[in-house]
Amino acid sequence: MNKIQSAFAHGKAFIPFITCGDPSLEVTEQLVYAMEKAGADLIELGIPFSDPTAEGPVIQEANNRALAGGVTTDKIFDMVKKIRKNTQIPMVFMTYANVVFSYGIERFIKTAAEVGMDGIILPDVPFEEKEEFAVTCRENGLALVSLIAPTSHARIAEIASAAEGFIYCVSSLGVTGVRSEITTDIGEMVRLVRAASDIPCAIGFGISTPEQAAKMAREADGVIVGSAIVRICKEYGADCVPKVAEYVKSMKDAIREL
Amino acid sequence: MSGRFGIHGGQYIPETLMNAVIELEEAYNHYKDDPEFNRELTELFNNYAGRPSRLYYAERMTKDLGGAKIYLKREDLNHTGAHKINNVLGQALLAKKMGKTRLIAETGAGQHGVATATAAALMDMECEVYMGEEDTKRQALNVYRMKLLGAQVHPVTTGTSTLKDAVSEAMREWTRRIDDTHYCLGSVMGPHPFPTIVRDFQSVISKEIKEQLMEKEGKLPDAVLACVGGGSNAIGTFYHFIPDESVRLIGCEAAGRGVNTAETAATIATGKLGIFHGMKSYFCQDEYGQIAPVYSISAGLDYPGIGPEHAYLYDKGRAEYVPITDDEAVEAFEYLSRLEGIIPAIESAHAVAYARKLAPTMDPDQIIVITISGRGDKDCAAIARYRGEDIYE
Repeated sequence: MNKIQSAFAHGKAFIPFITCGDPSLEVTEQLVYAMEKAGADLIELGIPFSDPTAEGPVIQEANNRALAGGVTTDKIFDMVKKIRKNTQIPMVFMTYANVVFSYGIERFIKTAAEVGMDGIILPDVPFEEKEEFAVTCRENGLALVSLIAPTSHARIAEIASAAEGFIYCVSSLGVTGVRSEITTDIGEMVRLVRAASDIPCAIGFGISTPEQAAKMAREADGVIVGSAIVRICKEYGADCVPKVAEYVKSMKDAIREL
Repeated sequence: MSGRFGIHGGQYIPETLMNAVIELEEAYNHYKDDPEFNRELTELFNNYAGRPSRLYYAERMTKDLGGAKIYLKREDLNHTGAHKINNVLGQALLAKKMGKTRLIAETGAGQHGVATATAAALMDMECEVYMGEEDTKRQALNVYRMKLLGAQVHPVTTGTSTLKDAVSEAMREWTRRIDDTHYCLGSVMGPHPFPTIVRDFQSVISKEIKEQLMEKEGKLPDAVLACVGGGSNAIGTFYHFIPDESVRLIGCEAAGRGVNTAETAATIATGKLGIFHGMKSYFCQDEYGQIAPVYSISAGLDYPGIGPEHAYLYDKGRAEYVPITDDEAVEAFEYLSRLEGIIPAIESAHAVAYARKLAPTMDPDQIIVITISGRGDKDCAAIARYRGEDIYE
């Protein structure tokens, strides 16, 4: 079992997202430890990008704050190296194609694997473009996570059968951000994945409350939460660690027994 | 791989949009050779937009510069005052055939937004335009025109509040609402099939230049010049001359305060290979791939990237790209106004500025064609301010 699969081995997985360097890389590091303790099964570390076209305002602003604070890809690699001395929790990067491409695809993927990352999510790299990144990922044992969306329909079988790590199931149309209601037939999306592959499915976009998490987790193998956590980071700044931990615990508790 | 120009192009977009671009490509491949579609589009071009646009011999400019003979391709005379209408009429007609009822668009200077709002009014479609807040101030008149035409204008306050942010926001809006909405992209950029579709609709410019010049001079031009932001009027000006190796294809980029400063938008001069807004191409960016906050006096050229086909023509050495500063563009804006009685858009003035350098180095039996992509009325207040004169619009 690879490390990403192990994240789905203790009941439904809770997958928090944070933006590296918001409010600082020191706090990001502490957030990883605290979220693991609070029950997170896999952590998504966002590498900030100046123009994140798949993000809503909350994560866009977090990216801007982190970049304004001087965060770079190299500093994030150094932080991960430090984190890996203290925890083996599965971790994946979430960033945009240009961050990887400009660093050099091979150099980026190699370094990410060396410092101890387990996978990478690139929301602007669809199935048609993924080989450019996937070949190097496979060579270095890094999972390139595929996304499916409510508009994917017939594409799901093809995407799922070539997917690695887990499938990121986008719950709704639009960009990331808290939603009061999710109306997509998630069950149907997951069934289409299941018909093609036994890869775990985690649902993200729009989830913020324990009730929503429980509802989504009944349909899939895990839930991903980003904007709701990033909002806490913004509100409490350097003091956000216990607040985020408390929130993560409430979310994991809501889905643990499903 | 589909939609590539050499290594450039591609479809680097969220999964949510993939079926939409696939559907668009299928529809376009069906309609582009459909006689009825082409008849309707030609009808709109000729009787609504006022095509063919004039190819005008700029005699005073030719004499003044004392070199090559200069012709101006008058896209500024089109309905709505710029080349943007060519692409918009094509895309709006296509969207209508696809059953879409709503157009969304980004705009920089506002010309593409105005053109889209115009087509939406004509074809009874809803229209929402995303425009950087900075640009809504620089181009307040165009904001009013769009509203007058029935469009909703959304000022974009993210990032640098300019064209790149307007594109990002329009892409985000498209992922929110796809079923009834067509994203009417304004330049030869973004994911496949947009660079091809927009080029095809704009290629009428070079098709006409070729025919008109053949009639007037009986030969091909020696050079064709156009300004380049994303590059739609430039690719339109180049396209039918690409196989004619004797014709120099010259794109004039916005250098802002100079290519050695941070305040520039000259992508070929200062950018490097990257992936952004759905395409692989050249982009102004830092060493970690963060997109640069570019600058130009021209809101329409104030974009950190260039269309993938231009990147390819540059790689192959088929087209040349030259930087033109704000100062040079403003001087050319005034020059053409005084000498020929034609006020060009500040975007197009970048091409005029390069012609002023190039023409004197050429022989009188050689010919330059400059595409005047738009009219300059929209820029008068901004140029007045640049010259220290505060006027009301």
